[in-house]
Amino acid sequence: MMSCRTATQLMSESLDRPLTRKEKLNLVFHKLMCTGCRRFEHQLNRIRMYAHTFTKKNTSE
Amino acid sequence: MPQKQSRELNTGYEVSIDLLRDAAYISELREQMIKFAILQLQDESTAEDVVQEALVGALKNAKSFQRKSALKTWVFAILKNKIIDSLRKGQKTVAVSQICEEQEQEIEALFDNKGHWHQDEKPKHWEQPEGQLEDEHFWRAFDICLNALPAKYARFFMMREFLELETHEICENETLNANNLHVILYRARVRLRECLENGWFAEGKAI
Ligand SMILES: [Zn+2]
Repeated sequence: MMSCRTATQLMSESLDRPLTRKEKLNLVFHKLMCTGCRRFEHQLNRIRMYAHTFTKKNTSE
Repeated sequence: MPQKQSRELNTGYEVSIDLLRDAAYISELREQMIKFAILQLQDESTAEDVVQEALVGALKNAKSFQRKSALKTWVFAILKNKIIDSLRKGQKTVAVSQICEEQEQEIEALFDNKGHWHQDEKPKHWEQPEGQLEDEHFWRAFDICLNALPAKYARFFMMREFLELETHEICENETLNANNLHVILYRARVRLRECLENGWFAEGKAI
């Protein structure tokens, strides 16, 4: 199985580039087995949403 | 007297000039701009310069705004461009590829020698109570965590997530390639996640 170290790096990269099919597949398998990384991915998405909301809050009324 | 002429021709112009001459409003706007710019430039005097440039640019090209919110959105759009220019000009001497080659101990320490989460470093469940996004305490915690990012990471995180530049736009004028950028963004996100979890989502919410 792919390590959590690699999985988390790929999850982060998926926010910046399209993953290959193989990478996606490996991630899916990893997440099936790993609660920590499932949470990590969900939280990365929230962090992106927070960053966007934070910018909007600070740049418009 | 071109100014007088356009005043007569365009009442919208007059409105915006009045807004831009509203000293109290402008000083409040300036404060907000400086806060926003410091966050991204990590340097107060550069931030002040950039804000000044943006405000001068705004005054020079006053368009017609009926509402303060429209003026603010426009002024911040100018500010964002000034920030991008400034980020691109600055700090090019830092060898980013070298930053990437060095292992980041704080991040490696999260995983065991097989690369799996250490039991107590494993991400916890985040409670998301309603109204979290309106909670000023939450945004304060978020702000603190952003400021805690090392400058070498924060700069690129801001470009990507706040200014919403694409990878190729960020790499264009920098001494780093896409792989370097991915490593840096990963480190920034992992650190931010840690900080939010410990400072906000962990029980007690004490920060
Ligand atoms: Zn995992």
